[in-house]
Amino acid sequence: MVIVGELINASRKAMGAAIEAQDKEAIQKIAKDQFEAGADYIDVNAGIFVGQEPEYLKWLVEIVQEVVDAPCCIDSPDPKAIETALAVHKGTAMLNSISLEKERYEALLPILSGTDLKVVALCMSDDGMPETADQRLAIADKLVNGLIKSNVKVENIYVDPLVQPVSTNVTFGVEFMKAIEGIMANFKGIHTMCGLSNISFGLPNRPFLNQTFMSMSISKGLDGAIINPLDKKMMANIIAAEAIAGKDNFCMNYLTAHREERFVF
Amino acid sequence: MSDLFGKMAEALIAGNIAGAQDLTKQAIDAGEEPQTILSDGLLPGMDVVGKRFKANDMFIPEVILSAKTMHAAMEILRPLLSEGDAKSAGTVIIGTVEGDLHDIGKNLVAMMLEGGGFDVVDLGTNVTPQQFVDGVKAHKPQLIGMSALLTTTMPKMELTIKALQEAGLRDQVKVMAGGAPVTQQFVDKIGGDAYGANAAAVVDIAKELTA
Repeated sequence: MVIVGELINASRKAMGAAIEAQDKEAIQKIAKDQFEAGADYIDVNAGIFVGQEPEYLKWLVEIVQEVVDAPCCIDSPDPKAIETALAVHKGTAMLNSISLEKERYEALLPILSGTDLKVVALCMSDDGMPETADQRLAIADKLVNGLIKSNVKVENIYVDPLVQPVSTNVTFGVEFMKAIEGIMANFKGIHTMCGLSNISFGLPNRPFLNQTFMSMSISKGLDGAIINPLDKKMMANIIAAEAIAGKDNFCMNYLTAHREERFVF
Repeated sequence: MSDLFGKMAEALIAGNIAGAQDLTKQAIDAGEEPQTILSDGLLPGMDVVGKRFKANDMFIPEVILSAKTMHAAMEILRPLLSEGDAKSAGTVIIGTVEGDLHDIGKNLVAMMLEGGGFDVVDLGTNVTPQQFVDGVKAHKPQLIGMSALLTTTMPKMELTIKALQEAGLRDQVKVMAGGAPVTQQFVDKIGGDAYGANAAAVVDIAKELTA
């Protein structure tokens, strides 16, 4: 499971303030904490700073990689911000995200084309948000084939089928999971990825729903997630679900996690 | 008769579609005025739903079911309401701004406003400033509700307000704005009239603005 640590995101109030105040130490601590908790990528987002996004994003990449030996997940739809951040990034970054929305697709494709960058491919088009598995698969098909044609390797693509709240339509959970299964079956070597907290919007006891949704999605083949890695219960849940789904040879990760007391809350 | 109206409100709160329809028919058969059935039976029920939703005592699936129940009861009642006595709380034009396709929050807000007795004209998603302007000209609403779920589309809210000013319509409508990245500060800055933090808050805000 590829874990993208989601905490360095300017739309979270405290983080937005920390970025604006250029509070390097606080942000670096969160980067380190996420890395130590198991994040493979550290998401960086400065989306709220209209006009200053490129310089803030670049600064975030620099200060994160000063203290953490991990790539960043560059979270922006703006090609200028992405390129400014990539210029200082060490290693192979992930871009979050391309979609089938014309403007976004055309802005990001040239940046990705022929590179080894990882990319989150969000199942959204100018026709609106997909609701069914079939609508998601139709968008995924166009997106993935378009990326492959532009010399992006299939194993560098992380399709996000788009999570929608089950509170507003009770089929949204199952349609998402069918899409995960379909995408993993249709494209050999591809990955799937999602931020999953949307599933529980509008309902009480959200962490419980989020964790259960994660387990169920892992059973359908989900192998990437944008989450808060400091959430010990969620991380433990992922480790357990992967062992049960047959993704953890000889249950080694599970047992390592046990010895490291990751199941002690 | 107040007993019948009380039961009607209860059916709405419980999301009992068949029950609410049956009670509406009973009230009609008993000779109640359609307007009274609406204002003393159905709307007080939705008012409770709105209050409990706001207090985190009812949740979105339950509120959706109550709204569907209200809708089903209104199907029976609406043909009997004459133009004159169907007193609407006001007309609201609602939409997600240009470049933004998120509709879940916008739909919830529309549903809450309808439940609160407002006439809602839903312009959908990806609504341009000009479409908002045209909507105001066509429907003469008291209120506009704009939604944006992306930091990249929030500036369209400001452009929409500017377009209303340029069209000379800004004084005729109050502008409400909401969506995950939107804040009170932002709405103040762009010259909006009200910020709504969630769908539960919107009916009170709309009533205050039209009072």
